[in-house]
Amino acid sequence: MAEKHLLEIKNLTIHYQTDYGTVHAVEGFNLEVGNGETLGLVGETGAGKTTTAFGIMQLLPEPAGKVVAGEIYFRGENLLGKSKTEMKKILGKQIAMIFQDPMTSLNPVMTVGAQIEEMIKLHEPGTKEEIKEKAKKMLEVVGIPAVRQDEYPHQFSGGMKQRVVIAIALSCNPMLLIADEPTTALDVTIQAQVLDLMKKLKDDFKTSMIMITHDLGVVAEICDKVAIMYGGKVVEYATKESLYTKPYHPYTVGLFNSIPDLDSEQDRLNVIDGLPPDPTDMPSGCSFHPRCPHKMPICSQKSPSKVVVGSEHHVYCYLYEQEGAL
Amino acid sequence: MNEKIIEVKELKKHFKTKSGMLHAVDGVNFFINRGETLGLVGESGCGKSTTGRVLLRLIQANSGEVLFHNENILEYSKPDMKKMRKNMQIVFQDPYSCLNPRLTVSEIIAEPLIINKVYKTKDELETRIDELIGRVGLSERLKTSYPHELDGGRRQRVGIARALALNPEFLVLDEPVSALDVCIQAQILNLLKDLQKELGLTYLFIAHNLSVVKHISDRIAVMYLGQIIELTDYKSIFKDPLHPYTQALLSAIPIPKLGVQKERLILRGDVPSPINPAEGCRFAGRCDYSKQNCFEETPKLIESEPGRWVACHYVRQLEQN
Repeated sequence: MAEKHLLEIKNLTIHYQTDYGTVHAVEGFNLEVGNGETLGLVGETGAGKTTTAFGIMQLLPEPAGKVVAGEIYFRGENLLGKSKTEMKKILGKQIAMIFQDPMTSLNPVMTVGAQIEEMIKLHEPGTKEEIKEKAKKMLEVVGIPAVRQDEYPHQFSGGMKQRVVIAIALSCNPMLLIADEPTTALDVTIQAQVLDLMKKLKDDFKTSMIMITHDLGVVAEICDKVAIMYGGKVVEYATKESLYTKPYHPYTVGLFNSIPDLDSEQDRLNVIDGLPPDPTDMPSGCSFHPRCPHKMPICSQKSPSKVVVGSEHHVYCYLYEQEGAL
Repeated sequence: MNEKIIEVKELKKHFKTKSGMLHAVDGVNFFINRGETLGLVGESGCGKSTTGRVLLRLIQANSGEVLFHNENILEYSKPDMKKMRKNMQIVFQDPYSCLNPRLTVSEIIAEPLIINKVYKTKDELETRIDELIGRVGLSERLKTSYPHELDGGRRQRVGIARALALNPEFLVLDEPVSALDVCIQAQILNLLKDLQKELGLTYLFIAHNLSVVKHISDRIAVMYLGQIIELTDYKSIFKDPLHPYTQALLSAIPIPKLGVQKERLILRGDVPSPINPAEGCRFAGRCDYSKQNCFEETPKLIESEPGRWVACHYVRQLEQN
């Protein structure tokens, strides 16, 4: 397989077994991430964004969560065929993750310096001094004075903690960084600082990134490509420019309309009626059809297939399947 | 026409902590006219929620006045206050924790009506509950559901129905949509706007999301470390913010559009601690324009232009140093 993409996910399906039945968290999910590219993965709560990330990292909660089908190619190799030991070498070193909540993803009884060193020790062994030096350097990179390396997480503010988490994630220079809502828990001015830092690091380290978020503003700021997720699937994929110029899928359009616009006057917001689907009981056909303003009889019968609507822009929707519908 | 429903004067709330006095609300002044929405924005810990709660006497203020129809409710006796509470209600941020998990939806909504003995018969009570449930857009079959069976948006609707039960004039909305997804958030914002029009409600809308606040507010107050630093109508504050903090706050909003990103003013450091704050302008340490006297003298919130209040020594004469 040619190494065109750093990461290629094909038909990924992840189910959780619960007392209430099978949760179809991710269902036939396809995605590619190129080298040095930042992809925004956007969707509402329960769309399956975090589950997808956990699937890639193979960190799904066991035994409930299970990859039922699909392939995840990272640098041409299927991660799903790897053993636990092999995965351990990849995680942290080649693929790193930033979790949503910096308050809980750090160990409260370890100094921040030690937490960065832990990662380096595991993947890039060296002498004690070398490791300590590297950890200090990483703190400086994310804008924290190295003298604070012996402090504990509770001595840092939320924004600073997230910087520490970023330092840990980048300490082994990974090729792919998965950031799960890295700024959601932060205030807007602190979010601006962290986004600024991530943009800078992205350029310096040439890391590819999957940015999981529900904020289309954050996507506009930092991403190159965008995948919109709904009901466990990607419903639209495009370059940022193409998507923000003309979104095609009715869900994407609704998502944009739900955000109050700062520049214009609106009395009412154009809302999408109804609620996201229950993942234990997914609607047949296109999972968006019960809420869709343009639904047709076929929408509830069969899942729509991929329709290419522009260069690097495709959508899964029957509206665009007929010739000339564009 | 512009009848002031509520007016707050020099309101202060300090909390005693181990490391000193925490100045949560430190001399806040504003008023809200009938039928108006005042948006109160600021970052975590700036005292916006405390302001909302002190206003309703859910927390006792240290000093200052809260005038409701020109009467200082901070001086009310307990029974007087209980009567007064019918007129002012609150919707909380977290729809997951503000509803009693052991009560059904209709019991939750009935509670304030029963406590205040509004209706004599059960039928009247039931009719009122049905009316409220319909008003906030809940379907009637959910009446016997428990909160855990509802999603966030529906729970927030229950919270709103409960707040409306006693026909209040004034509502404090404390981050009512922050915990919700954008689509659900939009539904609740529309509902709040409709209710305001139909029932002539007055809102204090507390939030940290500026685009949400702009959408719903008539005037917006920006808080920083326990003080209001700017208070203006919603249009001017976005077009032409006067206070350096407001300017930075607005430039930090990620905008979901292409090519509109203005030059970003990145603030240095974090919000300082509200415990024993130093004299002078609270923002001075992070401000690009601060001069010597900013650290010595606290600027007052003054009306620098008609309808535009700002607390800065150098309004309209900011020079970078």
